[in-house]
Amino acid sequence: MGRRVGYGAGGGGRVSLMITLQEYLVLGAVLFCIGVAGIFINRKNVIVLLMSIELMLLAANMNFIAFSHFLGNAAGQIFVLFILTVAAAESAIGLAILVVLFRNRRSINVEDIDSLKG
Amino acid sequence: MGFEQFIFYVFAALLVFAALRVVTVRNPVHAVLFLVLAFFSSAALWLLLEAEFLALVLVLVYVGAVMVLFLFVIMMLDIDIAVLREGFTRYVPVGVFVGLAIVVEMALVLIRYFALPAGAAPKQLPADYSNTRMLGDVLYTHYVYSFEIAAAILLVAIIAAIVLTLRRRPDTKHQDPARQVRVRRRDRIRIVKMDAEKKTP
Repeated sequence: MGRRVGYGAGGGGRVSLMITLQEYLVLGAVLFCIGVAGIFINRKNVIVLLMSIELMLLAANMNFIAFSHFLGNAAGQIFVLFILTVAAAESAIGLAILVVLFRNRRSINVEDIDSLKG
Repeated sequence: MGFEQFIFYVFAALLVFAALRVVTVRNPVHAVLFLVLAFFSSAALWLLLEAEFLALVLVLVYVGAVMVLFLFVIMMLDIDIAVLREGFTRYVPVGVFVGLAIVVEMALVLIRYFALPAGAAPKQLPADYSNTRMLGDVLYTHYVYSFEIAAAILLVAIIAAIVLTLRRRPDTKHQDPARQVRVRRRDRIRIVKMDAEKKTP
């Protein structure tokens, strides 16, 4: 199958048939930046803000799993398990807050929720 | 290009496309569906990284529960999309600028100056290797306290979500068993003595 052959993170002149760690890390970086840009772009819509946070967490998980695979260490995968747990709890509470907010204000626009501004 | 690399690039492209659509699409329902696509493609990538258990957990738990919760909330709320989209084009340049800046910086650092320690290649695993067994072995021994804290966090999330969304409506009808048991005969019926009626001739 040709896998595990010619692995070279630092080059070495060999033709690499493997996917390198850098490719996964760049993919994670791109995903994270899309999440950040999504927070800037959709700054009125709380639901899309929550989804952008999910994207950023997914990017972090991608990096953890890539490192865990390339370093042969299980701790990365364990950490991803905990991140998934906390992210699920976070989105459940966030959506509950959203439902209560919509019930009280009939809107989820971020600019309608500035009564604490004084 | 090897087969593995081909798979990687296909799913990476799919993932980036889906993520871009999540933040740009007009309808929040479509955004959630694109997020589901993003989770699926990253699960495929995790399979490529030999993290089978987490890939399946991502699909089953995350797509199956959390994303469905998102869809449920979005469809339950009656959202005026037009208001939320106001100023979208105004924020696009700054969002794109910040995103591009971060991605260029990270790519420069990662590609040029970042390398694994020498000899840190992925291990060749035997055919009967079980990722789930390995995770369980570590999770229930070294990380058992963290595991219990995670369980407590989930419990707190359950209680918080219920408490937040619970509302007592005064107009709903419900039974009070204590009052039902306590009731006496005289509370319910009253016997009235009266003469029999006679038909007047």
